[in-house]
Amino acid sequence: MTELSKSGAAVGEPTPASPTPTAFLEVRDLKVHFPTDDGLVKSVDGLSFKLEKGKTLGIVGESGSGKSVTSLGIMGLHTAGQYGKRKAQISGEIWLDGTELLTADPDHVRKLRGREMAMIFQDPLSALHPYYTIGQQIVEAYRIHHNVDKKTAKKRAVEMLDRVGIPQPDKRVDNYPHEFSGGMRQRAMIAMSLVNNPELLIADEPTTALDVTVQAQILDLIRDLQKEFGSAVIIITHDLGVVAELADDILVMYGGRCVERGPAEKVFYEPRHPYTWGLLGSMPRLDREQQERLIPVKGSPPSLINIPSGCAFNPRCPYADIPKDNVTRTVRPELAEVGSQHWAACHMTQEQRERIWTEEIAPKL
Amino acid sequence: MLAYLIRRLFAAAVMLVVIIMVVFGIFFLVPKWAGVDVALSFVGKQADPAAVEGVRQKLGLSDPIYSQVWEFFKGLFAGRTYVGGGDSVHCAAPCFGYSFRTEQAIWPVITDRFPVTLGLALGAAVLWLLFGVAAGVLSALKRGSLWDRGAMVVALAGVSLPIYFTGLLSLAIFSYSLGWVEGEYVPLDESFTGWLGGMILPWITLAFLYAAMYARITRATMMEILGEDYIRTARAKGLKERVVIGKHAMRSTMTPILTMLGMDLGALIGGAILTETTFSLPGLGQAVLNGIKTQDLPIILGVTLITSLAVLIANLVVDILYAVIDPRVRLA
Amino acid sequence: MTTQRTSGRRKQAFAAAAAVAALLTTAACGGGNDDGGDKGSATGAAGFNAANNKVAQASLAKKGGELKFAGAQDADSWDTTRGYYGFMWNFARYYSRQLVTNAAEPGKKGTELTPDLATGLAKVTDDGKTYTYTLRDGITWEDGKPITSKDVKYGIERVWAQDVLSGGPVYVKDVLDPKGEYKGPYKDTSADKLGLKAIDTPDDKTIVFHLPEANADFEEILALVSASPVRQDKDTKSKYGLKPFSSGPYKFQSYSPGKDLVLVRNDKWSQASDPIRKAYPDKISVKFFSNANDLDARLLAGDYDLDINQTGLSPQGRTTALQEHKANLDNPVSGYIRYATFPQSVKPFDNEHCRKAVIYGADHVSLQTARGGPVAGGDIGTNMLPPTVPGSEGQSYDPYELNGANKNGNVAKAKEELKACGQPNGFKTTIAVRNNKPVEVATAESLQASLKKIGIDVNIDQYDGSQTSGIIGSPSNVKKKGYGIIIMGWGADFPSVQGFGLPLWDGKYILESGNNNFALIDDKKINGLFDTYVKTQDDAGKLAIAKDINHAVMEGGYYLPFVFEKFVNWRGDRLANVYTSDGYSGMYDFVNLGLKSAK
Repeated sequence: MTELSKSGAAVGEPTPASPTPTAFLEVRDLKVHFPTDDGLVKSVDGLSFKLEKGKTLGIVGESGSGKSVTSLGIMGLHTAGQYGKRKAQISGEIWLDGTELLTADPDHVRKLRGREMAMIFQDPLSALHPYYTIGQQIVEAYRIHHNVDKKTAKKRAVEMLDRVGIPQPDKRVDNYPHEFSGGMRQRAMIAMSLVNNPELLIADEPTTALDVTVQAQILDLIRDLQKEFGSAVIIITHDLGVVAELADDILVMYGGRCVERGPAEKVFYEPRHPYTWGLLGSMPRLDREQQERLIPVKGSPPSLINIPSGCAFNPRCPYADIPKDNVTRTVRPELAEVGSQHWAACHMTQEQRERIWTEEIAPKL
Repeated sequence: MLAYLIRRLFAAAVMLVVIIMVVFGIFFLVPKWAGVDVALSFVGKQADPAAVEGVRQKLGLSDPIYSQVWEFFKGLFAGRTYVGGGDSVHCAAPCFGYSFRTEQAIWPVITDRFPVTLGLALGAAVLWLLFGVAAGVLSALKRGSLWDRGAMVVALAGVSLPIYFTGLLSLAIFSYSLGWVEGEYVPLDESFTGWLGGMILPWITLAFLYAAMYARITRATMMEILGEDYIRTARAKGLKERVVIGKHAMRSTMTPILTMLGMDLGALIGGAILTETTFSLPGLGQAVLNGIKTQDLPIILGVTLITSLAVLIANLVVDILYAVIDPRVRLA
Repeated sequence: MTTQRTSGRRKQAFAAAAAVAALLTTAACGGGNDDGGDKGSATGAAGFNAANNKVAQASLAKKGGELKFAGAQDADSWDTTRGYYGFMWNFARYYSRQLVTNAAEPGKKGTELTPDLATGLAKVTDDGKTYTYTLRDGITWEDGKPITSKDVKYGIERVWAQDVLSGGPVYVKDVLDPKGEYKGPYKDTSADKLGLKAIDTPDDKTIVFHLPEANADFEEILALVSASPVRQDKDTKSKYGLKPFSSGPYKFQSYSPGKDLVLVRNDKWSQASDPIRKAYPDKISVKFFSNANDLDARLLAGDYDLDINQTGLSPQGRTTALQEHKANLDNPVSGYIRYATFPQSVKPFDNEHCRKAVIYGADHVSLQTARGGPVAGGDIGTNMLPPTVPGSEGQSYDPYELNGANKNGNVAKAKEELKACGQPNGFKTTIAVRNNKPVEVATAESLQASLKKIGIDVNIDQYDGSQTSGIIGSPSNVKKKGYGIIIMGWGADFPSVQGFGLPLWDGKYILESGNNNFALIDDKKINGLFDTYVKTQDDAGKLAIAKDINHAVMEGGYYLPFVFEKFVNWRGDRLANVYTSDGYSGMYDFVNLGLKSAK
């Protein structure tokens, strides 16, 4: 695996490996590769970021950009269920509250799962076991990490259901997932994730499967709960709108790498990567009248087996020919600071990007 | 849940009536259409006309079909007396017919042979569930490994080798050659060890076939279930892998297996013809085979009905179990 | 995975496994002991063919013990009136007695009649129309009451109740009451139910039969078990076969159809009253198996003494037994002829030359091989009278040289016959064969192959074997289906040309259903010979007529005989006083079998 990291040495801000990170969660040069019959799928190929308690990070990208694999890697679930298949290869460092997870005892990591770090999944119907009641599933989640009897655990489950806004929680606790509406199921899922007061909550497309009206409620709930519990939250989504009001920082992923990251307001109002522009263009805006929309990103996401040389985005980038000497197709751009705490990986000069953004893109949004 | 139960019971009752009609139709109309005189096969080498007529009368072959069905229905609840040629035989309720070949009412034959078949089916089921499901789960977890490939080759053999072959092979090895077991049926009330000795080979042979099928189904289902989101959720909770597999994945895997088990047990209880024939077990399947060999329509009819009933009941039990396992079904 | 691949794999797997199984079975039964050969062996087996037409180890028989029969098929009925299977007639002598019966002697002597309940053979008077018997003293039922002439009459009368008691032979009814005037005891209005006029019982010891016309074989007919006495108060009508009331040395202890049967001693029976039955064992048990291979393996292993069905070992067991246990085998003639016959209603078999073309064209060695070869199949059949029937000339009468020059088929001769028939280029026809007899299907295929050489194009129709009498027993159906060749087998009900051939060759026996005269022979000469035969009283005359009938049938070209059937029969080590009897088609005579040890 060492040969993989040669080209991916430049990964942005926290490059110099300091043995004891100061951040609550710090990911350094994370790579998750899946060997398959067709070749090595480089789902995550050198990703680094930090997250502090009480803060929210939004990871944004199309499907297949590696955002979900990143979350599974953090949870230690990237190899789960891969019985008999060739095992996923993971390298880099994941520091959680002073512990490096990739080199830690797997059983220790298991014990952290559900207690220190919890996850909310996209489709609560398929993510909840259809044969057990909501209560049974929350009770189980609680009792793995707390040595209490079932009665106590159930009280806790009712409490949590109440907290996430489920009416008549003492009755609904005995219902099965299929007896809940979609939004209620996701609330129950959140209740289950938070039952152990985790310090890190990863929400993987938490609203994608829900109605638009419910989406907002769930996002509000997550925000409220974060304030209450003071956890660090990672929200993974393909929709910038979801993280617009929630995230403190935003990380845009493309082809298994970070192409732009920075504070939310920076990424929204001064984006410095053409791919981010595309994502912004595809975002439904309630505050403006529907007008001529940018066709967000033409083409399809890159193959993770044969990532395009040079800038991974170059085949889809309308501005790929602006930098000279065909550099976009031969040299992979590194993350470069474009503002305070704001990085982007693009061969165009700052000025070129500023001009295109202000003159061509922003007016249309 | 109660409404579900009532609905199922009602459906089963309707089905039973339909089955009786269909079975009757097959048994009494098909020979008519084929132009074969069933009565002739009863009368021996010298077909005395009086004998042929007597058989026709006893079997009720010359009555219209609806009256035959009606008499049969009545007999089920009220018993029935067959009269013909200065002789009369009474068949007590529940009268499932009367065999003029062996001069026995069918119901006592069924009750006499049923325990043998039930013992065979249940014993084999325990074995095949234990071994089949275990092998299937292991295979699913060690997909592509030597164990998996080996187990699936054995399973393929189990599924494709006929019982009369594996049965004879096991008899040749364990009974004739090694002499470990007697291999002959002994009734349970005579000797428990004798019964075990007579049943163990049929159990293994039958279980081998079914274990193979169950291993394949378990493996496929388990692999599918392991890819489900709620399994990932279970892991994300911090559950040990053992619990994830043994509790969360197993419970879902058991659903199709239980369905199969219900159907298979139902069919087997109607008579495992091949196994019973191979090992000369005096069960229902053997009775049917004897019936087929001697054109003894009433016994074939009676056992066919019992088989249908067994499948029906098994289905009902599966439906109920289904509702117990899968809460979603209760609404359906 | 495609279907094709699956089935290919399946075949491979099966072939491999079958080879393993064959090895295992041989090894399992072998055990390395070499007791083959014709002489006696260390295990006590008497030697190959030691009991074939002679008595083996008579002196070793001890009183007592349990004689264990095993079988693949239960009797059609154990009711003496209703049974028609040969082994049932043989076995029925354990619990039933008749006025006269087959002598308990090996081979041909077994076909001779000897008095049983009667003090002697019939006193025949009135030109063969009156038969008189006197009953012995000391003959009793299983409850100790004496057997009377009225019990004998009642037992015989039951044959008339065919509507209740179907299945058995009806010769006695046909001879005594050809017009069917008597309606049987169950519809008998007389108080004692003994209304049959043809039988008189002047006293309890005397019984007189009045025949409307003489029949030379009448006493043979009375020797059938269907003429056994039945006591009226013990007649359970159609259920009698479940527990017949015994007049013999053994009585039913338990019987469950298709599963098992146990007979125990009838202590009311007295040896002094019975000149025939030795009654060695204390107990006789029969266990029914549904798997013939398993049954054979258990016979070979010594778990059982003999096969009650007496149809010979199945191919697998036979091979092993011939190699490893030859001293336990007999190879008797069964009394059956296996043959093909040609319904004259199906063209061109109305023409005798076309029939003869088939007879000449067939490869008789190949047919014999299909039947199982000389040992398991039998000698090449050359005519239609089996060696066990008086009047038979065996292979020495061979009008078509089937065992001689034309052994392998004579194409030239067959083509000549075809020309004479007006079908020089051959024709198309259909062979009807039972689908449940693999050996018969093999003979059909052999016949098909050799007939192809003479231009006869044959299609084989395998019909449902359990429906035999309904399908080929109906001449109109045979004609409709175009069955030009029917493959069947036949054995005598009682050893005479009448007992064997009457239903096959007499024009009067062409029936609309249940027909056995498949060739539809209605030949004045043959009919006349049968008429003369039944009136003939002297044995020499009967033999001569038997020969004449056989010759007439052969000359008409109605039949292509395959083999005079033989079978390979297993004789357990424990058995003593074993012999085959022509009276029971080459089976061992059950009634006097003994065990070497009472244990």
